[in-house]
Amino acid sequence: MIEIKDLHKSFGKQQVLKGVNLVINEGEVTAVIGRSGGGKSVLLKHIVGLLKPDRGNILIKGKDITKLKGSKLDEIRAEIGVVFQGGALFDSMTVYDNVAFPLTEKTKLNKKEIYEKVMKALSDVGLQGMEYKYPAELSGGMRKRVALARALIAHPKIILFDEPTTGLDPILVRSIHKLIRDTQKLYGFTGLIISHEIPEIFEISDRVAMLHDGKIVAVGTPEEIQKSDNIIVKNFIMGIENGGDYEKGKS
Amino acid sequence: MRGIIRYIGRKTIDLWLFLGKMFIFLIESLYHIFTPPFKFRNFLRQVRFFGNKSIIVVIFTGGFSGMVLALQGYYALNKFGSEALLGPVVALSLIRELGPVLCALMVTGRAGSALTAEIGIMRITEQIDALTVMAVNPMKYVVVPNILAGLLTFPLLTAIFDVVGIYGGYLVSVHALGLSEGTYFSQMELYVDMEDIRIGFYKSLSFGLLVTWICTFMGYNSGYGARGVSRATTNAVVLSSVVILIWDYMLGAFLL
Repeated sequence: MIEIKDLHKSFGKQQVLKGVNLVINEGEVTAVIGRSGGGKSVLLKHIVGLLKPDRGNILIKGKDITKLKGSKLDEIRAEIGVVFQGGALFDSMTVYDNVAFPLTEKTKLNKKEIYEKVMKALSDVGLQGMEYKYPAELSGGMRKRVALARALIAHPKIILFDEPTTGLDPILVRSIHKLIRDTQKLYGFTGLIISHEIPEIFEISDRVAMLHDGKIVAVGTPEEIQKSDNIIVKNFIMGIENGGDYEKGKS
Repeated sequence: MRGIIRYIGRKTIDLWLFLGKMFIFLIESLYHIFTPPFKFRNFLRQVRFFGNKSIIVVIFTGGFSGMVLALQGYYALNKFGSEALLGPVVALSLIRELGPVLCALMVTGRAGSALTAEIGIMRITEQIDALTVMAVNPMKYVVVPNILAGLLTFPLLTAIFDVVGIYGGYLVSVHALGLSEGTYFSQMELYVDMEDIRIGFYKSLSFGLLVTWICTFMGYNSGYGARGVSRATTNAVVLSSVVILIWDYMLGAFLL
């Protein structure tokens, strides 16, 4: 479904991605884990064409989106939903208008159809009765739910989650993860989750990839990753600093 | 010595890059004005935003500018015994020069700064990215409605400024300085031509474009964090104000 080949990206002198290779299978939830500032969000922004790589390709359904522009790129984007780190809700609009936005802007549905779809999406994420509140009146967890509802409403084939649970308490982390899992079963989208919620992320993903120092250093099922011999993966899961240097030093 | 040359060189390149980026931003926004879909509701909302935010301050500044002009004009004209020309002095100063300029400065401070801050916050909270990934062009959705609203509201607010200013001048001239009501208005009718109004209109129209262009550009390209947005807002207000004054001189001296 999504194939990332040898992706390189630098900002000035700082090289963030140093040849990322990753395949995201259709209908699966793939998690990309790794330390903060390791380039995970940069990788996600490349997949929706918000950033252009210095080198490398990203194939979505066989089309190289790094080469696409304008309406051709928008065609691919229409199949992708993104849940941004902070939700990225439009703060001048109510919850209802936020969730309805992709439909009012991009479809010719009438008001009644939009209303029904928005209510359904809000009930799917457990937010009935909140439709006329503004994002500023909601808690962090609720905002993430609204962002998820907005991403789901147009039934995209792919949804990208940029740290959907950062800054939430452990109970909310579980509930958002469950929500992602449940909605994935319901809608059958292909998911990519950028996260550093260890070990909770293993419960909801089909495959896990570890991004370290601008490269994917390990990919596998959650069980394989948890049992991995790779020192970088081991240290990250155990929460040991220096991405393996400490362990290397000891051995 | 080498260091200084390198510093000047780098600053010059930065300046040209900045100007180039601004120019491309303008061309892109102008292009999107003429291509569908048209965001009429956003345009109306921004017209309200500019008008609603600025009208009170425009009325106050307009009124007091007219009053001061009458007071000072009377002082100068009195020396030559030409107080009868007070009406045209007030009206011409307001219509040709002070109306468009002061009004543009006030709107920049009141609505322009808010506009930059709003777009800057949309940028740092990824709302602009969210628009892009939903295949909604942010230039069309955020920038174009503001530029169009600027083109409509600046001349209207300037007209209000002029009218209130002339009335302020009238209050001072007639009720405080004892000039006759007939003289104030009849002389004004005699000396103020359609040409003067046209110049004032063109000025306010161009200020509308300049201010909204600079303010949306600064917000759209604001840096990260609260500091990035505050810096963008300050820069937008300072640059707009300076450009208004320079452009006003250029228009007066070379173009109109």
